Amino acid sequence: MPALTHYLVLSALLFCLGLFAVVTRRNGVAILMGIELMLNAANVNLVAFNKFAAPGAMQGQVFALIVITLAACEAAVGLALVLAAYRSLETVYVDEINVMKW
Amino acid sequence: MSGEAIAFYVLAAVTLGSGVVVVTSPNVVHSAVALVPTFLGVTGIYVLLSAEFVAVIQVLIYAGAITVLILFVIMLTEGGTGIRARQRNEQGAIGAAVAAAMAGLLIAVAVRTPWARLPGTLPTYTPGAIGQSFLGPNLLVFEGTSVVLLVSLVGAIVIARKEE
Repeated sequence: MPALTHYLVLSALLFCLGLFAVVTRRNGVAILMGIELMLNAANVNLVAFNKFAAPGAMQGQVFALIVITLAACEAAVGLALVLAAYRSLETVYVDEINVMKW
Repeated sequence: MSGEAIAFYVLAAVTLGSGVVVVTSPNVVHSAVALVPTFLGVTGIYVLLSAEFVAVIQVLIYAGAITVLILFVIMLTEGGTGIRARQRNEQGAIGAAVAAAMAGLLIAVAVRTPWARLPGTLPTYTPGAIGQSFLGPNLLVFEGTSVVLLVSLVGAIVIARKEE
């Protein structure tokens, strides 16, 4: 039967995959995908702690739901920013976006 | 090895395997589609952790909505999806070293810490308990999240709108 440590190791590996995507990808959309992976890893942690560390309280699952909601907000605003940058600068590669104002 | 352990390892393999595809694929569309099995693997992990309501919300929002949103933006920014375009920056080696160091640190902490366990048991029907929690002790968080949702909706429309 998997213990708390198994879930924490899984979430650490998922978090580092997301981190790798965020620091090495050039495409803004792919960077947002990495951020989604990192948020998922944090959610696995929250729900695992809810079950194994404080089963009487529902705070872990409640906060996982809030993180999912805020991740949806972040994806909508982030992708809108990528779209706006593409409209004015005609690139989605973040290492080519080097002006603050057009 | 119990059935739960087998399910955990299969779900972890699905999650991490498709996560590697998301991170390394040279084609952004493949990355976006590989997000779906990653999210579904995490959904299975939630079911194993007896968080059924979070699992259903994960399928609806992540596997359903966010993936479709990402695919739409890839379609609208077709200048960025060319397979011939370089998708990685020059910091691949440093990024991999940082991610591996971070993974080692987190795993060491997770394995070495003696996690305490508070008394109590999970309620048998967690959606009801979550609803009670949202309209009881967590009401302020609930309302704050709804305001953030509204603001981000307006902000996304304002940012993505075409200039007149």
